[in-house]
Amino acid sequence: MVNGEGRAFDGDLRTTLLDFLREHLDLTGTKKGCDQGQCGACTVLVNGTRINSCLSLAVMHVGDEVTTIEGIGTAADLHPLQQCFLEHDGFQCGYCTPGQICSALGALDELRRGVPSHVTAELETSVSPTPAEMRERMSGNICRCGAYSNIQDAITQFVGEAR
Amino acid sequence: MKAFTYQRAGTMAEATAALAQVPSAKLIAGGTNLLDLMKLEIEVPSHLVDIRDLDLSRIEETADGGLRIGALVTNTDLAAHGRIKRGYGVISRAIVSGATGQLRNKASTAGNLLQRNRCPYFYDTDQACNKRLPGSGCSALSGVSRGLAVIGTSASCIATYPGDLVVALRLLDASVETVDAAGRTRTLPVADFHRLPGDTPEIETALAPDELITAVLLPPPIGGTQIYRKVRDRASYAFALVSVAAVIQEDGTGRIAFGGVAPKPWRVEKAENALAEGAETVVSIAFAGATPTEQNAFKIPLAARALASVLAEAKGTTDAV
Amino acid sequence: MLFDQPAAGNPIDNGTVVGRPVLRIDGPLKVSGAARYAFERNDAVTNPAYGFVLGAGVAKGRVRAIDAAATRAAPGVLAVVTTLDHAPLSRADLSAAMLFGGDMIEHYHQAIAVVVAETFEQARAASRLLKVDYEREDGRFVLAAEAGNAKPAPDRENGGPDAPDVDRVGDFEAAFQQAAVTIDSTYTTPHESHAQMEPHATVAAWEGDRLTVWTANQMVNWAIRDLPRALSMGQDKVRVVSPYIGGGFGAKLFIRSDVVLAALAAKAAGRPVKLALQRALIFNNGTHRSATIQRVRLAARADGVLTGISHRGLSGNLPLGGAEMATSQTKILYAAPNREIGMTLAAMDLPESNFMRAPGEAPGLMALEVAMDEMAEKLGMDPVEFRVLNDTRVDPHNPSRPFSERHLVECLRTGAARFGWSARRSRPGERREGRWLVGMGVASGIRNAIAMRSGARVRLEASGGLIVETDMTDIGTGTYTIVAQTAAEMLGLTAAEVEVRLGDSNFPRAAGSGGQWGAANATSGVFAACVALRDAIADRLGFPRDRCEFIGGTVRSGNEVVPLQEAARGGGLTGEDSIEFGDLEKRYQQSTFAAQFAEVGVDAFTGEVRLRRMLCVCDVGRILNPATARSQVIGGMTMGLGAALIEELAVDPRRGFFVNHDMAGYEVPVHADIPHLDVVLLDHPDALASPMKAKGIGELGLCGAAPAIANAVYNATGLRVRDYPITLEKHLHALPALALL
Repeated sequence: MVNGEGRAFDGDLRTTLLDFLREHLDLTGTKKGCDQGQCGACTVLVNGTRINSCLSLAVMHVGDEVTTIEGIGTAADLHPLQQCFLEHDGFQCGYCTPGQICSALGALDELRRGVPSHVTAELETSVSPTPAEMRERMSGNICRCGAYSNIQDAITQFVGEAR
Repeated sequence: MKAFTYQRAGTMAEATAALAQVPSAKLIAGGTNLLDLMKLEIEVPSHLVDIRDLDLSRIEETADGGLRIGALVTNTDLAAHGRIKRGYGVISRAIVSGATGQLRNKASTAGNLLQRNRCPYFYDTDQACNKRLPGSGCSALSGVSRGLAVIGTSASCIATYPGDLVVALRLLDASVETVDAAGRTRTLPVADFHRLPGDTPEIETALAPDELITAVLLPPPIGGTQIYRKVRDRASYAFALVSVAAVIQEDGTGRIAFGGVAPKPWRVEKAENALAEGAETVVSIAFAGATPTEQNAFKIPLAARALASVLAEAKGTTDAV
Repeated sequence: MLFDQPAAGNPIDNGTVVGRPVLRIDGPLKVSGAARYAFERNDAVTNPAYGFVLGAGVAKGRVRAIDAAATRAAPGVLAVVTTLDHAPLSRADLSAAMLFGGDMIEHYHQAIAVVVAETFEQARAASRLLKVDYEREDGRFVLAAEAGNAKPAPDRENGGPDAPDVDRVGDFEAAFQQAAVTIDSTYTTPHESHAQMEPHATVAAWEGDRLTVWTANQMVNWAIRDLPRALSMGQDKVRVVSPYIGGGFGAKLFIRSDVVLAALAAKAAGRPVKLALQRALIFNNGTHRSATIQRVRLAARADGVLTGISHRGLSGNLPLGGAEMATSQTKILYAAPNREIGMTLAAMDLPESNFMRAPGEAPGLMALEVAMDEMAEKLGMDPVEFRVLNDTRVDPHNPSRPFSERHLVECLRTGAARFGWSARRSRPGERREGRWLVGMGVASGIRNAIAMRSGARVRLEASGGLIVETDMTDIGTGTYTIVAQTAAEMLGLTAAEVEVRLGDSNFPRAAGSGGQWGAANATSGVFAACVALRDAIADRLGFPRDRCEFIGGTVRSGNEVVPLQEAARGGGLTGEDSIEFGDLEKRYQQSTFAAQFAEVGVDAFTGEVRLRRMLCVCDVGRILNPATARSQVIGGMTMGLGAALIEELAVDPRRGFFVNHDMAGYEVPVHADIPHLDVVLLDHPDALASPMKAKGIGELGLCGAAPAIANAVYNATGLRVRDYPITLEKHLHALPALALL
């Protein structure tokens, strides 16, 4: 399932989930920045969990529920987090942006589930999505344009609105 | 990436049978390192056995009060597990200091043990590398070696074991439980799992070709202040220049293991006996016989300073990072 | 439209739309993933094949033979084009490396073959089957070792064709000998990579003898000049399309191997071909910023007045390439009566050096602005006051030539007050907070405004819509939005009512994106086209051209008010024009200025440096859009952190290549490195720069960012590291002894 639609995979076994999305399904919102798990541009949600789609084979996701940026919101009907990115100018060239947005949603879910981060002070108490927490948790998504400061503002606004 | 056949194994027996029967078959779990290497044809399995459906994703208590961590438990789930946070904080800390949220969601416990090195010459198939192509030579020795190992190396290889979790596992005297195609199980200490390069850097672990890691076993919690200190250039998403895993007890005794400095997690038990004498003494014992390059010699004083930071934090004389 | 007199009052001054933080009009497409970048043009071509590029495995030498038999026989393979199948392509203007063809290897990962197959997986696998027989040669790979062979690199960009090898004023050596206080320091900056997120990528399709490339290129006007030439085609047979670009920073200024190989591959395969450089190729196949070695000598009176400035530098490149002009800005940043400034260039065999964001200034200020910090300390002066004291109102090398606008002092003073600069300890190594040694640093930034011809076409449709077309690009800079704002302001509309079409060589030639010249020139070109359209509208309505106002979707003249769409009822109207520049740039030095302030913590145990706060105050002429302008600045500051602390292409001195050719090895800043960044945009429209009274801001944020951080590190530790990046091992030995911690 991709964005709620059943999709069959019968391609070359070597096809990564990323290339399946981009080249077979024409879901090009998910980006290929490095194809090596070193940039985060290919981040999608699989069964609600964020992963690098470049480091996973499509065939390994038969039966999984994959959500890409196209499944999160459209230009005409933006998800609230996409709207926050827009309002805070949380992107420049836009190439890492879908990955940043998918990653932020995944990171917030991890936080709710009690997953600690490198900057979490106490492992056993609940964690808030503070800017420091979110900066660390978003560090798998590189933005060479350097929109980080604005992305954090966007996430902060989204977290505030979601409360 | 070379073409391969693919199988989703329903049972461990099915998986190990495939390993035994198909030459150059490989297991795949998270795939975060294996696929990267397959794209470069550094790994060229003819057959992939996907083990995601195996019942190896549980964390259970053992009879002796320890924990049995299933091989497929993801880094994220392991770091977030209540028993791990409570009794084995250094594991949670080590995991979340490594990689990224995305990678930790995929990376498995067993996969972390099998993570290959990150020497740039290993990854560049136009360059000589004894690990990738035995006998071709080591480019790193006369090349760029800042991030590479300072101890446990050989004239054939100075690559570093790059992970964080396994440094913590080594510290806690964890062991690795496996099963082979004949159904034989065995348990070997994490300490013995990785091999030093010697003349055969291409052989990295003690695992037999048909062996499947089923679990990592943790002894009962040992208490103490548990710290994982990772020193790196950027603030996140970087391999360690040096890391220190430590459990420090109230009486000042404790255990210390280093990451980022050797072909395997580096723990020298007799150095731990010198903890009372301070970080520099501990490091001088732990790194006795080190053969750093000019570019990475700083790792030894850095290890001492990182350890001093850990000891100060354990004493409460300085804040955490 | 010729711009050769200071801009008078014009509709842009109204500031109804221009100058407002209008949200990016391309934003909804980008945040939803609907914007299609070059490799994603599945909408433009049908049934494309996939190309995969093989890079050379040696740094220098010759390809004796390539055995492609196994590759050709591999599943799905449609075509193989090797470098031996093709004559060397002509080099693009300003480019040093030959992109493809012939048997010579000039640098590591030079493209030597492209494999085309039905699928990406097939093409990649088949490329591994190519057997290449190389003849290796030794090369020149270490900049310092080539210093003795360097040649002068005159500053022709600023000094014209007769620029001297060294720009001299007065007698620097005498001033240095006689000065009360001097410093003499040498700094090194490493090779750096643009490391843009979107790889170089192209989809190429032939229709008969006509070629269309959908590619990632910052300068469509250069690409449409250089690509036909490389392929020995007429310009009228080629179309270049580049509407969305996933970052450039200079990497995509020129046609690169992706576009020529996609074109050759598509021809060979008889199919459209899509091709992206794999990440591992980008660092050595593409361009990079050269390393530099710079010596700065400063001479001052005891009261802090500079009497002499010497800035001499060395960079390297392939034999046909240019220098990283790291000393040029030193000619105009501070006053001093005695000066000698010049670059040299060593021929080397590393991959091509070429422009990267703020070429020259970025590494040049990493030397000069640290030297200024060193001098201030030696003088016992505050570094802000020292800079203020030595400000200049004129070009010090040509005092009859004033600055058009220059508000560096205001930047410094505003920044100092806002940042709490007075809390800085003048003695280094004195502020400790827990485990952190804390320091503050300041640096000036300067980057010139470059005037470039730029054209646009603006059409009022019969339906009432307004469409702007120009081959200008948006590489994340916000061009779509500021172009819409400009046209909206000129025609009395809102930005949302303007449709902007960019990046197509079928559109009028624009300045393109580079050198921070894009915003001011491209919007000036749109301004000129809008003036033409306004005139056409006035004529159609029978209004006097000079007594028309365009307000709120209406055209007004005297008491008459006509809806704008009324003008097009009888058929659409078009205005097309270019902005062209006279000699104001020669008569006035036109530059942008910044003051950068940074506070860092240095871990007293491990020497790790972490940025705590940072502020940039900018003086750039009119701000067209404060939101997108701020983004440019924070992006520059972030890249500056990378330059100061992290980024270095590591050279293998024997094998002659950048070893860390991936994004794990070439580290750039991540989220965790960057705190909230503060930006102040001063408002000093520059009527001498352009009709928009704007100058550009895309590179200024990087200028001075790294040295501000470096100065902060020094202030924290007390050890001056002059060898970038400031990684921890360079100051580990100078940190407090463990016994003291």
